[in-house]
Amino acid sequence: MAEPISQSVAPAEGLVGRWRQRKRPQGEGMDYLISTEKRFVMVYLPVALFLIVLLFPFYWMGLTSIKPNVELIDQSNPWWVRNPTLAHYYKLIFETDYPWWMLNTMIVSVAATLLSVAASVMAAYAVVRVRFKGSDTVGGLIFLAYLVPPSILFIPLALIVFQYGLFDSPLALILTYPTILIPFCTWLLMGYFKSIPYELEECALIDGAGRWQILTKIILPLAIPGLLSAGIFAFTLCWNEFIYALTFISSSENKTVPVAVLSELVEGDVYHWGALMAGALLGSLPVALVYSFFVDHYVSSMTGAVKE
Amino acid sequence: MATLAKQSARFELPWWSWTRLKNNRNLIGLWFMIPAAVFLIFFLTYPLGLGIWLSFTDTKIGRSGVFIGLENFIWLWDDPIFWLSVFNTFLYTIVASIVKFGLGLYLAIVLNNSMPFKAIIRAIILLPFIVPTVLSAIAFWWIYDSQFSIISWSLTRLGLIDGYINFLGDPENARASVIIANIWRGIPFVAITLLAGLQTIPPSLYEAATIDGANRWQMFRSVTFPMLTPIIAVVMTFSVLFTFTDFQLIYAVTRGGPLNATHLMATLSFQRAIVGGSLGEGAAIATAMIPFLLAAILFSWFGLQRRKWQQGGSDD
Repeated sequence: MAEPISQSVAPAEGLVGRWRQRKRPQGEGMDYLISTEKRFVMVYLPVALFLIVLLFPFYWMGLTSIKPNVELIDQSNPWWVRNPTLAHYYKLIFETDYPWWMLNTMIVSVAATLLSVAASVMAAYAVVRVRFKGSDTVGGLIFLAYLVPPSILFIPLALIVFQYGLFDSPLALILTYPTILIPFCTWLLMGYFKSIPYELEECALIDGAGRWQILTKIILPLAIPGLLSAGIFAFTLCWNEFIYALTFISSSENKTVPVAVLSELVEGDVYHWGALMAGALLGSLPVALVYSFFVDHYVSSMTGAVKE
Repeated sequence: MATLAKQSARFELPWWSWTRLKNNRNLIGLWFMIPAAVFLIFFLTYPLGLGIWLSFTDTKIGRSGVFIGLENFIWLWDDPIFWLSVFNTFLYTIVASIVKFGLGLYLAIVLNNSMPFKAIIRAIILLPFIVPTVLSAIAFWWIYDSQFSIISWSLTRLGLIDGYINFLGDPENARASVIIANIWRGIPFVAITLLAGLQTIPPSLYEAATIDGANRWQMFRSVTFPMLTPIIAVVMTFSVLFTFTDFQLIYAVTRGGPLNATHLMATLSFQRAIVGGSLGEGAAIATAMIPFLLAAILFSWFGLQRRKWQQGGSDD
């Protein structure tokens, strides 16, 4: 809607008109009212500053991870590296259990995500479309469950995990992570299911389809974007989870990346900063990759969960 | 026609017949709810209750305890470290939330302008939120190193300070350091969610305000902020809730030190219950967090109510 306004304000008459039109930023809304200099101070400069501050720790991680140990502790300019080396990465991958930790985290995250999405699809469908007695209450309770933080659950859960004989097993994490994920995924999917026209379902009911058939053959194919969003967000939450993994897992080869990097790469008082940074960077890579492929789904799930 | 058929079916078949059970909403709903309910009851509701029960017992790791009434809470009441952790939790939550809100809202408003590569910039800004907290906390741990901190190095070279800053060794500095790290991680969440809220505000309102001669600040005061209030309420409730119960960042950077100066209630309860072995006492600290969480949840609920009212009724 910017185009017609800016053109009506400055019709392209000759060279001057065309120049004036070129100077106007091709934006939306009423952006044409702001001059370029003002835009620079009010928009580009703050964005650049925010980007620098938000990205600096990543630069610092990457830089440290390729610095040889000598350069880490001499008093030379720390902002740059003179002899880049991959020694820290080599050490991490071949001399520690790092590949195992990655594999553990991957297995736990994928399994917990699949379990949660499956359970959430059924719950969300029941609350939104089956409309059983008390479905509104159940919906409210699920939202409340979202607000119960792991920090107040880990002590009793540790006891339960121990009683069930799950201590130090990936299964303990696979079964407890869904308590964080199901409320969120259900809430998100409820929003998606509501947006699917009810008439489709009525048609199927008249044709003699059962509820299960309606869910799998009509609702799910239409809700694939929602499923992707919920799954991706759940996956990153799993990868990020720390307190349960720290409490329920004790042996090195069963640990997840966030816990292992913190506890296994520090020997006594000796901090192997290069290896720590390499571990942190590599550990962030899978979520960053998943995120970069599905940015829009991720953002929509994050904002959707807030807006619903 | 349809109601007639339904009624006749109801008269013909008893309630336990397969056809009627198959079409009973409540029964279908129950079946569909079972997987989620099993998880949430066994691993959320039950532990929540068990945690409160534990806080009234003297359970230790490897020894089941007996009911001791309020003894844990009385013990905590006289424990200066517990009160220090409560103070820290509030300081951490209030300062971090306010700054996150201020900077996050500012960033959202700036990003709401048109600019080249907007989608990519938005994606990059969310990165600190995506990366596992512990892993970025390790980066901050290294940035705050007492000998090799890049901040100290740069500031001394610029001639702004004489000696290296003892970021994590001094109580005041340590608190400021972890709060800054938390803000760094929290800004993207606030900014991107508020940006989504900003994009739902109809441009016609701004056009009308411009015609009425409003300046930028007036537009923000009278258009942007009121339209954004409901979403701000929800976003900030989440932000406060997650900051209040934060554990990872503190555990990774300071472990509650120096001299317990950065212990939050969550890290103290971990320290007492898992490291120290007194599950009962740790559970009591966790239980003490519940009233504050309830207050935050009520706040969120009223935020949602207001949303309904603002949109003129039904938004189920």
